[in-house]
Amino acid sequence: MKRLCVPILLFLLLSLLMGLAYFEVIDLYIQTIILFMGINIITSTSLNLVNGNMGEFSCGHAGFIAVGAYVSSVLSVALFTKSKIFGAPLLPPELAAYGFPFVLICGGIASALTGLLIAIPSFRTRDDYLAIITIAANYIIITAIINIDKIGGARGFMGMKRVIFAMEECAEIPWMVLWVFVFTVLTVIIIRRYMTSTYGKGVEAIRQDEVAAEIMSVNTNRIKLVTFMISSGLAGIAGGLYAHAVGYVNPKSFDILKSTEALVMVYLGGMGSITGSILSAVIFTLLLELLRPLQIIKWVAIPLLLIIIMQFRPEGIMGHRELSDIFPKLKKFYKFK
Amino acid sequence: MSLLEIKDLTQLFSGLCAVSELNLSLDERELVGLIGPNGAGKTTVFNIVSGYYQPSQGDIRFQGQSLAGLKPHKVSALGISRTFQNIRLWKEMSVLDNILVAQHYNLGYGLGGLFFRTPRYLKREKDIRHHAMELLEIFKIDKYAEEKPSNLPYGMQRKVEIVRALSADPKLLLLDEPAAGLQATDVSELIELIRWVFEQFDLTIWMIEHQMKVVMSLCSRISVIDFGRLIATGTPEEIQQNHEVIKAYLGDDQI
Amino acid sequence: MLDTFLQNLLNAMQWGSFYSLIALGYTLVYGVLRLINFAHGDIVMVGAYIAFFISSALLGKYGMPQVMPGWAVLALTIPLTMVLTSLVGVTIERIAYRPLRRKGAHRLYVVITALMAGLVLENGNLLLLGASRKKFPEMIDKVVYKFGAIYVTNLKVGVILTSILSFIVLHFIITRTKVGMAMRAISYDKFAIPLMGIPVDVVIVFTFVLGSAMAGLAGILFALSYPILDPYMGMSIGWKAFIAAVVGGIGDIRGAFVGGFILGIIEISVVAVFPSSYRDLIAFSILLVILTLKPTGLFGVPHTTKI
Repeated sequence: MKRLCVPILLFLLLSLLMGLAYFEVIDLYIQTIILFMGINIITSTSLNLVNGNMGEFSCGHAGFIAVGAYVSSVLSVALFTKSKIFGAPLLPPELAAYGFPFVLICGGIASALTGLLIAIPSFRTRDDYLAIITIAANYIIITAIINIDKIGGARGFMGMKRVIFAMEECAEIPWMVLWVFVFTVLTVIIIRRYMTSTYGKGVEAIRQDEVAAEIMSVNTNRIKLVTFMISSGLAGIAGGLYAHAVGYVNPKSFDILKSTEALVMVYLGGMGSITGSILSAVIFTLLLELLRPLQIIKWVAIPLLLIIIMQFRPEGIMGHRELSDIFPKLKKFYKFK
Repeated sequence: MSLLEIKDLTQLFSGLCAVSELNLSLDERELVGLIGPNGAGKTTVFNIVSGYYQPSQGDIRFQGQSLAGLKPHKVSALGISRTFQNIRLWKEMSVLDNILVAQHYNLGYGLGGLFFRTPRYLKREKDIRHHAMELLEIFKIDKYAEEKPSNLPYGMQRKVEIVRALSADPKLLLLDEPAAGLQATDVSELIELIRWVFEQFDLTIWMIEHQMKVVMSLCSRISVIDFGRLIATGTPEEIQQNHEVIKAYLGDDQI
Repeated sequence: MLDTFLQNLLNAMQWGSFYSLIALGYTLVYGVLRLINFAHGDIVMVGAYIAFFISSALLGKYGMPQVMPGWAVLALTIPLTMVLTSLVGVTIERIAYRPLRRKGAHRLYVVITALMAGLVLENGNLLLLGASRKKFPEMIDKVVYKFGAIYVTNLKVGVILTSILSFIVLHFIITRTKVGMAMRAISYDKFAIPLMGIPVDVVIVFTFVLGSAMAGLAGILFALSYPILDPYMGMSIGWKAFIAAVVGGIGDIRGAFVGGFILGIIEISVVAVFPSSYRDLIAFSILLVILTLKPTGLFGVPHTTKI
């Protein structure tokens, strides 16, 4: 029973969301907000792995999101739709519904490989130098995309809505709600499994005392590499989902500001806390939407609000704890690994 | 064959000679001490042996294999484990997790196994955990398994650090000033603990210690270094009589 | 050929001066507090706006009579701006960073707070002054000196000389004065210093005063050279200057100064050869290569952990 509790809850939640979306109880706007919540959860939990658990300071998460977004968008548009750039679909559009997760994963792999490139110079440097390397990488990725005219350059790239339509040819269900949900849950499971394994505890050891970790037989370089790749790979998946949820991508939407948003979510939730990251991603997304009518005031109000929150909770909402640490009784009801 | 053989070891730090032409060897099943005045280069020797520094010159062989160019985690996988002068436990992880992570050299599963929770992964995790709990029980600290090291008294932290080093199944255990900062009563306990470890486990212990009581009552052989040079080696009695040693500790005019 | 090279070098020196001045502010604060003050770029922007309002007022834009000539306006604007900008920097330190420090928050929480403070400055400006860009007034007439085929404006010379001069002054303060010694001491050991009777908070405030004054100066010089102001002008130049500071070796003011000029030179030479849209791509790639080869930056010393 304990083992089944979380899967059942998740399944009920998914059915509820899908049902509400299918019968149009919630309109497209609310659906989009829910999609953004899921995407932001992936973004924040994956960044949390590097910044919270490993204690590095990566500031260029949006760069990886961009890579994932572009690679999966280009792939899905080329494979499943007729487009001006790539011509006729390479695969029958009916396959879109089944092919989509693979396309997303390809985007994730591309991001992970980019992460690998950036992680290598980070071995020889400590803390704040990684900040620079990632900021520079963020700039490099954005300007590289701007300079590739084939995928739209600074104008952006579109056509992903047609991929969604192709999926809907298959079955008339809110596909994106399904995929975002599935990948969000998968992300949390992957991170959770990683961090609860003895291998993943090496990540915590690196944060707390890297020298001791290396001497006590932890292969610190490899763990850093793997962790960085997992984090950037998941960011790539978030990017792919974002691109398909919005329907078009633009290099501007992945600049340093987007990275800042990711950082805010991690530190607001509490470094190293998965539940904290999830919670703060939800709160942050809601906050952005609720304050939308304020227009420009919003962009003053939110940072101010965050500064004030930091003053009262200088370790984030959850600190370095999980929900089950704060309410130990919860452990009786679920087992989630 | 000796367990550890140090040949002509020299370590320069931007011109400063921290260790110079050190020759030393340890046999299997020995309890050896390394003493010397402050700044003599004792910890540097340990750091080189555990792979943290790459020596400027010389060679170290462990069970016949050269340690040159090996990173610390490789060295510890070969069977050299250590503790630190100022305790370096991972303070925000539980005692049990500390012991678990020290078994990284022998996880026996890959990332695929980890993410898909293969039977092999589950079995290995169980074994690792079992091994850790067993050790904690042997040392009677299993009740602190879920406690964070920073909540434990200092003496207990020392003990946890020794257990962590032992959990990697070392052939050679390096203890860097295990008695530093301990009260007199704790020191006698520590002496018993080290003796007990030496009897129970199949290993060689090499320790740096300033408290003569500890070294003299435990070690069968003692090496003394001063300014990075080996100045004497022998049994505790011989060392106590050695003029070079007395000179190094007390200065020339005391004799 | 040589002429274009010299002309470009001169432009590079001008850009390098901006980066250097901003990087100096970053590195000062970082050296003392180990805090990446991400609001610094926006303090530059605030500096430019403060200079805009002061000079406009002095030039008689707001109904006040103009009583002095343009050069006198400039001479008065510079110190006033530096003072007011440093007030802004210190205010942020007081209300946002210091309480966090007191509470013993993780260092990175202060960094995030700095990011947020920067956003507040940017968007607050947008909110108060609207989206229209401001035209910075011309205070001194442009003079062009011609050496062969090379054109040098008095502004360019002024910018470059000012940045070199401020570096010399800063270097003097850091290495020769008591407060500079205290700043260096805090960066070595922030626990022992209060025990030695050094008023840490005063030293930190002084650091922010120095850093923000440099930002204010950079703001004026930038606005004089490129007289269009907008609220986001500080953001990208700030990030870049931070990267320059790191490439030079963050925490060392010589590093920041040299790093700024290196970034300026790289950027201008990239633009001289490639289309300008490749500027960030190539410039940052070169910086990454430098950092990979010399991970602690040009002047940084490798930090070893003692065990």
